[in-house]
Amino acid sequence: MLLPPFTHHRPTELAEAHDLIAHFGDEASVYAGGTELLLAMKARVLRYAHLIDLKRIAALDGIRRDGDEIVIGARMSHHRIATDPLVQKLLPTYAALSNNVANIRVRVAGTLAGNLCFAEPHADPPALLAVLGASVELSNGETARRVPIADFIEAEFTTVREPDELLVAVRIPLPLPRSAYSYQSFGHLERPAVGIAAGCARQDGGWRYRVWAGAISDRPTCLDDLEAVLAGVPPHDLMDVLPAAAITAGASLAAHDDIHGSADYKQHLAGVLAQRAVRTAADTCLAGETVHG
Amino acid sequence: MAEANLPETARITISLNGIEITLSVQSFDLLIDVLRNALSLKGTKRSCDVEVCGACTVLVDGLPVSSCTTLAVDVDGRSVTTIEGLAAGDQLSRVQQAFVDHAALQCGFCTPGMVLATTALLATNAAPSEAEIRHFLSGNICRCTGYVKILEAVKSLV
Repeated sequence: MLLPPFTHHRPTELAEAHDLIAHFGDEASVYAGGTELLLAMKARVLRYAHLIDLKRIAALDGIRRDGDEIVIGARMSHHRIATDPLVQKLLPTYAALSNNVANIRVRVAGTLAGNLCFAEPHADPPALLAVLGASVELSNGETARRVPIADFIEAEFTTVREPDELLVAVRIPLPLPRSAYSYQSFGHLERPAVGIAAGCARQDGGWRYRVWAGAISDRPTCLDDLEAVLAGVPPHDLMDVLPAAAITAGASLAAHDDIHGSADYKQHLAGVLAQRAVRTAADTCLAGETVHG
Repeated sequence: MAEANLPETARITISLNGIEITLSVQSFDLLIDVLRNALSLKGTKRSCDVEVCGACTVLVDGLPVSSCTTLAVDVDGRSVTTIEGLAAGDQLSRVQQAFVDHAALQCGFCTPGMVLATTALLATNAAPSEAEIRHFLSGNICRCTGYVKILEAVKSLV
């Protein structure tokens, strides 16, 4: 399918991009990989008179360590993240997730930042990023702010990013010592029907769990009732409480029938995947992996 | 002139199958249309048009992308490899030859994408496991072979 006509802009500096955004307003959209935007434009779901390519802006490049965080520039593709030695070493669970997004062509072109800004609910990254405590850095060219992933995505295709703001980087804290993570997803299409991320940490002699659900609802959701039930339970006692609590937590999630499955099917999946994610994170933590994000 | 109201035309330079070319494209032209229509490289196939099937796979700087959802202006300054660029004269590439030797095709429509994706896989991982082969090629859909012959062809190169 052909694209409707638009004018293409290729800034090489962030300030230039902000000027273009200010000048064209709603007439323009920024993009990097285009894996989601161009599909929507081909389908005439979205229409813009101007596209602003962010790929040639060097300031959005790179994956680096900044203190206790890994900073991922906005133009980094899923493939680039999946194959980055720093991410593979310090955040291996996230590297594995990146290596499993859609297919290799989408991973090569598509960016994490674009995935988050598009906010299609059936996406892998948000749930695990929420468990990891990641945040996004937004800037309008004059002022910058940081927003936790959990607060960034408001609803389907909706984020708190203002029209004049760019997502310039994703920041992921380094995992605590004696913590481990797991992401479990399932779907019969390339996008996940449901994805569950779990974290397990040994803190002050006790055990603490984090569990978030992605894809099933219109935004990532913390399974806080499940977290409360699991709090303090050592990994070898998990099976006393986890199965029933995970099924209850899955059934409590907001879901609706769609192409990925019926609501009750996805709620069932969420319960099953929550058990697997928590057990995998706990087993990995117990096995003595000191850093496993 | 009517052109004054048209979006800009861009000049792009690409290394296409090893040959540097400069051409004019519209800012909204998709790479697949430039390859197939302007350059008559019909080996790149259009099928799903939504980045799922892999028939339109080309390599950009050695890595697979869906040319159906890539702007032509976005490959400016980069190398593009299509299926027409793999053989050296009458000499098939080793991946192409392996597909022939193992009868890893029937209708052939998915084959250019399969061969290019395999070429990229082996360039980045010379000895992939069967699981790695399956994972890398899972985004290329074949509706004839059942994949067994394709897997055999790829495994013969490891």
